[in-house]
Amino acid sequence: MGKTLLQKVWDLHTVRTLPTGQTQLFIGLHLVHEVTSPQAFDVLRARGWKVARPDRTFATVDHIVPTRERTRPFVDILAEGMIASLERNCRDFGVRLAGLDDDRQGIVHVIGPELGLTQPAMTIACGDSHTSTHGAFGAVAFGIGTSQVRDVLASQCLAMEPMKVRRIRVSGALPPGVYAKDVILTIINRLGVGGGVGYAYEYAGDTLERMSMDERMTICNMSIEGGARVGYINPDDTTFAYIRGRPFAPPGDSFEAARRWWRSMASDPDARYDDDVVIRAEELTPVVTWGVNPGQSVPVTGRVPVDGDSGMDRQALADARGYMGFTGGETIAGMRVDVAFIGSCTNSRLSDLREAARIVRGRHVAPHVKALVVPGSASVKNAAEREGLDDVFRAAGFEWRGAGCSMCLGMNPDKLEGRQVCASSSNRNFKGRQGSPTGRTLLMSPAMVAAAAIAGEVTDVRDFVQEKVGGGG
Amino acid sequence: MEAQRITRIEGSALPMRGNDIDTDRIMPARYLRSVTFEGLEQHLFEDERKGSAAGDKAVHTHPFDDPRYRGATILIVNGNFGCGSSREHAPQGLHRSGVRAVVGESFSEIFFGNSLMIGLPCITAPPERIRELMDLVEKQPNARLRIDLQAGTCESNGFACSIALPPHARQALVSGTWDTTGLLLERYEEVDAVAARLPYVGGF
Ligand code: SF4
Repeated sequence: MGKTLLQKVWDLHTVRTLPTGQTQLFIGLHLVHEVTSPQAFDVLRARGWKVARPDRTFATVDHIVPTRERTRPFVDILAEGMIASLERNCRDFGVRLAGLDDDRQGIVHVIGPELGLTQPAMTIACGDSHTSTHGAFGAVAFGIGTSQVRDVLASQCLAMEPMKVRRIRVSGALPPGVYAKDVILTIINRLGVGGGVGYAYEYAGDTLERMSMDERMTICNMSIEGGARVGYINPDDTTFAYIRGRPFAPPGDSFEAARRWWRSMASDPDARYDDDVVIRAEELTPVVTWGVNPGQSVPVTGRVPVDGDSGMDRQALADARGYMGFTGGETIAGMRVDVAFIGSCTNSRLSDLREAARIVRGRHVAPHVKALVVPGSASVKNAAEREGLDDVFRAAGFEWRGAGCSMCLGMNPDKLEGRQVCASSSNRNFKGRQGSPTGRTLLMSPAMVAAAAIAGEVTDVRDFVQEKVGGGG
Repeated sequence: MEAQRITRIEGSALPMRGNDIDTDRIMPARYLRSVTFEGLEQHLFEDERKGSAAGDKAVHTHPFDDPRYRGATILIVNGNFGCGSSREHAPQGLHRSGVRAVVGESFSEIFFGNSLMIGLPCITAPPERIRELMDLVEKQPNARLRIDLQAGTCESNGFACSIALPPHARQALVSGTWDTTGLLLERYEEVDAVAARLPYVGGF
């Protein structure tokens, strides 16, 4: 009987079984950011502990950083305090930091892969639930809370419970205008926002195999939105080609050895899965969320559910519709949007920006829409500028910002106001998520956000562009 | 550091109805802007409580504003509670407000783990039992619940049900080993041995 990648990685990283019955798991890479680490460093200081493996730890700033005015000290005293605290902690504990002025700075889940820190068959932890993103490389990567950040800092280990594995096979060609984002939103809609609890999701199938690393990251990123703490894709030639030559990639001849090992860690053909799900790519459409969790979505041609629609909890439906201002039965296309946000660790990579730029090129944002593009990292920003994408966006009426999480969670000045409706390429449409307690978020692919910005309302990106749309995240 | 042994929790309860209650709702992101967890208890569910745009329009009093539940130490919830963001600020806020156990149909894994790490047990019971428990508490807000982690029971005024907790969590709580750092730092040579067999640590 073969093993899954998850089992192989788990076994290899197991230190011992703890008296509680949990597994002590070695963490190969610990990514740190400003928001979930200060209290953890404080405990280390108070107890006189060191960071166990500074060589396996890397920090950056993303969640709270302003994306417009970055002169220090920030006007926002709390943000200044938080960044200064991370800078001090990294200095005191010898942790590498891609700080605000570093050209490697960016959203932690964008820079890990970019720098080649993220590699197959590693265990990766970070105080952020979207750490599942790194699973796109065949790493076992998961989000942790601050007390666990403390554990990893102090010991480079975590106390963990085993996970089951659900394989989700996607096969067939994605129709034009349908993206990785639509695939994962469909999966979450079908399996539910709690459907993945207790599972790692292994994404497989020919559709996934043809996807770029950017697209695979979009898929794995949102695993947690389906309740799965871990989501991964077996490493293949696409993975290896992406990693080769990056700053922290195995150098020179060692790359070949690495590649052989990475390949050997992929799931065996006869591996056993706890569950198996099949999705047909040809049947997929662009998807838009209408509610207050990422599972509450419909095809862009669909309508907001009415009472009695199958599989819907009546109370949850009423609550979500009430918050969003729907009565039920409205077409989602035609919903007026106030803000268009292209960014976040789900969809702020170069291919996402290219695809969105293709749609806005030569067009203009609707007069009532505030539109912004927030690249995922300084490196994405620079690369996009070299291609002139910033000019395309600016000419179309978008704001072009510095790298960070920005309006994905509204911890910096980029927030919705009042009940504004935002077409967003991010990953969470929870109540109040984008910084206004009554703000409303519609999740969709970056191309769909671009189309919504131009039209001033939710619109089908497949009609919007005449030329064939394809590729991109 | 010696953590406290947690075996029994007793107190009045507070029902918080609804599935998929996410941590952005429990603790809005703007309260993650501090470098400590202090004072978080003041901001629980803030955007849906009295004094907020949504709370002031709401037909029902928010359970956390309801004077009948003041002083409750046990929170009763439905399914997939604590989903979404990994922010420990959510269980920290609950714990600091005096909540000493959460009883529900199911929990997000990250929330469950974060809560365990601070000695806040997240206990499950079947949906029918949760429904009965919520009804009971709404009718008799002063009812005292007694949870026994060792025996796996929850009881109150004529109500009794068995509760579930994964063995590792039960063990960690009742033996006072839920603060894991100490455990992980023991026998460190074994950790070094694992690191040494990982090709990406030593070099390919
Ligand atoms: S972009 Fe959004 S989801 Fe991603 S790490 Fe930042 S805040 Fe979290």
